[in-house]
Amino acid sequence: MSERMVPRAHTVRLELDDEPGKLLNALDPIAEHGGNLLSIFHERGNRTPRGQIPVEVDVEATPERFDRIVSTLRETGVNVVQAGAERYSEELTVLLVGRLIETDLSDTLTQFEHCSSASVADVSLTVADETDEVSSARIRLAAHAGETDRALAAIHEVAAEKDLTVISPLTRGDSG
Amino acid sequence: MKLAIMGAGAVGASVAELASTYGHEVTAIADSNSAAIDPTGLDTDAVLTSKRTSGAVGDDDPDAVLAGTYDVLVEATPTTLGDANPGYNHTVEALERDRHVVLANKGPIAERYDEIRTSERDSDGRVLFDATVGGAIPVLTTIGDLGRSNVTAVRGVLNGTANFILSRMAAESLDYEHVLAEAQDLGVAEADPTFDVDGTDAALKCVILANVLFDGGYALSDASVTGIREIPGTALQLAAEDGRTIRLIGEVIDDEICVEPRLVPETGTLAVSGTQNIVQLHTEHAGRLNISGRGAGGHETATAVLGDINRLS
Ligand SMILES: NC(=O)c1ccc[n+]([C@@H]2O[C@H](COP(=O)([O-])OP(=O)(O)OC[C@H]3O[C@@H](n4cnc5c(N)ncnc54)[C@H](OP(=O)(O)O)[C@@H]3O)[C@@H](O)[C@H]2O)c1
Repeated sequence: MSERMVPRAHTVRLELDDEPGKLLNALDPIAEHGGNLLSIFHERGNRTPRGQIPVEVDVEATPERFDRIVSTLRETGVNVVQAGAERYSEELTVLLVGRLIETDLSDTLTQFEHCSSASVADVSLTVADETDEVSSARIRLAAHAGETDRALAAIHEVAAEKDLTVISPLTRGDSG
Repeated sequence: MKLAIMGAGAVGASVAELASTYGHEVTAIADSNSAAIDPTGLDTDAVLTSKRTSGAVGDDDPDAVLAGTYDVLVEATPTTLGDANPGYNHTVEALERDRHVVLANKGPIAERYDEIRTSERDSDGRVLFDATVGGAIPVLTTIGDLGRSNVTAVRGVLNGTANFILSRMAAESLDYEHVLAEAQDLGVAEADPTFDVDGTDAALKCVILANVLFDGGYALSDASVTGIREIPGTALQLAAEDGRTIRLIGEVIDDEICVEPRLVPETGTLAVSGTQNIVQLHTEHAGRLNISGRGAGGHETATAVLGDINRLS
């Protein structure tokens, strides 16, 4: 039996809008594609930087089916942050410097996700004193494997439009 | 070898001072308005003392230097952009006289590489310029030894002043302006630090690397350059909370030249501190080579210049 045919447990972190029915809708593709729902951990009270609710779901499925589940989830507009196995997610940390608050940080983050197809996993913000209006943020993103360069390019573009500076990690070649 | 030295600043004076220990003789040295010339060999101590005390190296005519007696012209006048003069004209004139040229001056190699190579082809003289990238670190010599086609990418910290400022900002949680003033007091940064903090100096070195790796065709205008002026102390703090720091990294990858502040692991190879420089060569068959050391300073740069001169002997 090929490895692609063996069912395995996968953890998916979904970010859902806080609206009735969102969770149920999100779970549909799992059954639809032959996945077996093992557990749901609903982090109520906990919010993502964009005000969504993170939900952690354990699914048992063959890697092939799991791939289909994840892409269907994404197609239906659900934010999938960590799709279990590493090959779905490459972590990427960038610093963002500039007038972050005045240029609407949450809009910036939404645009990052929209344009880069990476998800914002974590944001730390330091707002400088008034005399110096420049603030800094550290943003951790999860990108699809092999797509960090593309994601970075998109992030640079969004930032440039708001006159923000991105300090990016080394990606091409090696990061040492 | 007989050396004619153009420029009597930190580099030119150090080459003059150390030449005899390498078995070479200085037959001429010029600064911006004076020269000392002696085809049988100058007393370099006397010349350097004169420069220190009177501001002039001697009473001879600077225009006579290039026509004089020498095997190697050492070009150590200020780096300029665009036409890269006076360095470019000095280099071409010496080549026309079939003399070798060793440059510390980055301008001609970064801005007018192809023209210099053309002049070199028509000359019996050769052009070497190891000192232009990484000071005492033998970056170009190592690339030559590896064979440029075996080097797939180069990345590094190529400006000691910018690196000093970033390391101090991170270590002391201080702001750019504060650390810059300190660096100026220590003599690590010049009164006008523009070339260093805006990334121009690192970019010139990357352009030189690209010219060497891809056999010409590049100038400063081909590089994408961002400096460190805009980095607030808070950005370094946020980076540190996450085990990272910021370094001004120059890259030549896939024939793209880029200098910009980047996030690197705090304990990673590229996070050298103080005025240290580091260069990483990515090779076709041998993985990554890291060479680090002092990227600037009179004696350091003169060491690279004299290494080139030895290769010509
Ligand atoms: N310093 C380093 O660590 C380092 C490292 C690598 C490469 N370099 C490069 O090496 C070169 C020299 O650096 P440096 O630190 O020695 O600079 P510097 O201290 O500013 O000295 C420059 C010297 O060039 C002289 N000069 C200016 N115009 C001239 C002309 N037309 N003809 C002859 N001499 C002229 C100046 O004369 P006056 O004395 O009359 O002003 C001065 O003596 C620069 O291109 C620099 O980028 C420096």
